Amino acid sequence: MNLTLKIWRQSGPDDKGGIHTYQVSGISQDMSFLEMLDVLNEQLNEKGEEPVAFDSDCREGICGMCSLMINGEAHGPEVTTTCQLHMRSFNDGDTITIEPWRAEPFPVIKDLVVDRSAFDRIIQSGGFVSANTGSAPEANSVPAPRDKAMRAFNVATCIGCGACVAACPNGSASLFVGAKITHLGELPQGQPERWTRVVDMVGQHDHEGFGGCTNIGECAAACPKEIPLDVISQLNKDLRTALANGH
Amino acid sequence: MAVSGLLFIGFVLGHMYGNLKAFAGEEAFNEYAHHLRELGEPMLPHEGFLWIMRVGLIVAVIVHIACAVALWRRAAAARPVKYVAKKNTGSSLSSRTMRWGGVTLLVFIVWHLLNFTIVKVNPSNGETGGDNPYGLLVDTFDTWWMTIVYLLAMVALGLHLHHGTFSSLQTLGFTNSAVSRARARATGWIVAIVIAGGFSLVPLSVLVGIIEK
Repeated sequence: MNLTLKIWRQSGPDDKGGIHTYQVSGISQDMSFLEMLDVLNEQLNEKGEEPVAFDSDCREGICGMCSLMINGEAHGPEVTTTCQLHMRSFNDGDTITIEPWRAEPFPVIKDLVVDRSAFDRIIQSGGFVSANTGSAPEANSVPAPRDKAMRAFNVATCIGCGACVAACPNGSASLFVGAKITHLGELPQGQPERWTRVVDMVGQHDHEGFGGCTNIGECAAACPKEIPLDVISQLNKDLRTALANGH
Repeated sequence: MAVSGLLFIGFVLGHMYGNLKAFAGEEAFNEYAHHLRELGEPMLPHEGFLWIMRVGLIVAVIVHIACAVALWRRAAAARPVKYVAKKNTGSSLSSRTMRWGGVTLLVFIVWHLLNFTIVKVNPSNGETGGDNPYGLLVDTFDTWWMTIVYLLAMVALGLHLHHGTFSSLQTLGFTNSAVSRARARATGWIVAIVIAGGFSLVPLSVLVGIIEK
C-alpha cells in the first residue's frame, strides 16, 4: 500500500505546530497502524529527519497509552485502540490525517504525544477504594450481586486512554469519570467513599479544565472499550444524591 | 439546564393545546384567550395566573441561558486548538445544533412576542394592537412568508426538543441502563414530533384555508 500521511508536527509544548505531509510506501495490510508509523519513522531516520513522536506501550489494546486522532476519529475507524487498528481498514492511495488528542487539559508534549496526567489527578482525587493491607479477606465474605458485578466489570475495562475527551465536542471527560464512579459505586467495597468520591472527582475534572457534558454521545462511540453512555447518567445520579445529602 | 428545560416542555405542551383551540372556531379560541386572564379569579387578581407563568418562564429563560453560556464557554476553553479533521460518529444532528438552534429559538421568541403579545404586529396590514387574537392569528398565517418563518422555527424547536428531552433525563440521572436510555431517546422523538407537529398544524391549516375568519 502507498499512503499520503498528513501529520501534526510540533517540536515542543511552546511550538505553534502544523500539518506536514509525508508519503509512505511498502505498507502491508497486516501491519498495525503504529507499525505503519514505525515504517515512516525508519524512512525519516534514513533521510536524517526527526522521527514523528507518538505514544505506545503494550500494543495489545489493554494499556491505554496509544492515542491518535485518525481522519477525525479517535483511534481511527474501528472500535479498538490505535495499536489494534490494522492497515486493512484503509485502502491503497488513501490520505490519512493524524492529529494528537485536542484538549486544554491534555497539552501537547511533542508531535502526537499529549500529557494525560490530568486523568491521574482525577483518579487521585477519588478513584480508589481504601482497604486495610494484610492477609486477603475470604472472597465470599463480601457478596456482590451478579448484575452489579457484571456492570462494574464492564465499565472497569476503561483504560483511561482519553478518546472520550478527544471525541467530545465539549472536551469533557464525563465518560471517563462516569466509568470510574460506576465501577466503584456498584461494588460493596466502594460504598464507604461513594459520595465523597463523586463530589471530589467531578470537582477535580472541572478544575483541570475539561468541558461540561451535554450528552451528545461522541464519547461512547469513540470508546475502544465500548463504555456505554449510561455511566454519565450514573455519575449525575450519584452527584445529585451526594449533594442532596450535604457532601 | 435540565430542570428549566423540562419546565419549557411543560409550557409548550400547554401552549400547543391552546393553539389547537383555533380549530374550534373564532369564539372558542378568543374565549380561551380571555379565560387565561381570568384563571384563578377571585383567588388570584386579574391576569394573576398569566403573570405567575410569565415570571416563572422569565426566570427559567435566564437560568437556561446562563447554563448554556457557561457550557459554551467551558467547551471553547477546553479545546482552544481545533481539529483539522473531525468526524461525527455518535451524535445526532439535534445534539450538535443545540447552541445555535437555541439562539435561533430565542430570536424567534422575541418576534413571536412582538407578533402576538406585546405589540401585536399584524404582518398582513402593518397595524398594531387589537383585541381579536383569532383574527390576528389568521391574518398572520395568511401571510405566506410568516407561515414559513413559523414552520422553520418549529423545525428548530423540534430539533431542540429531540435532544433536550433525552439530555435532561440523562443529566437528572434517570437513564442508568440501556433500556431506560432507549426509552429516553424515544421520549425525545415523541415530544419533538407531537409538539413541533401540533404547533405546525395551525399555520398550515390557515394557509390551506381550513382555519379562516
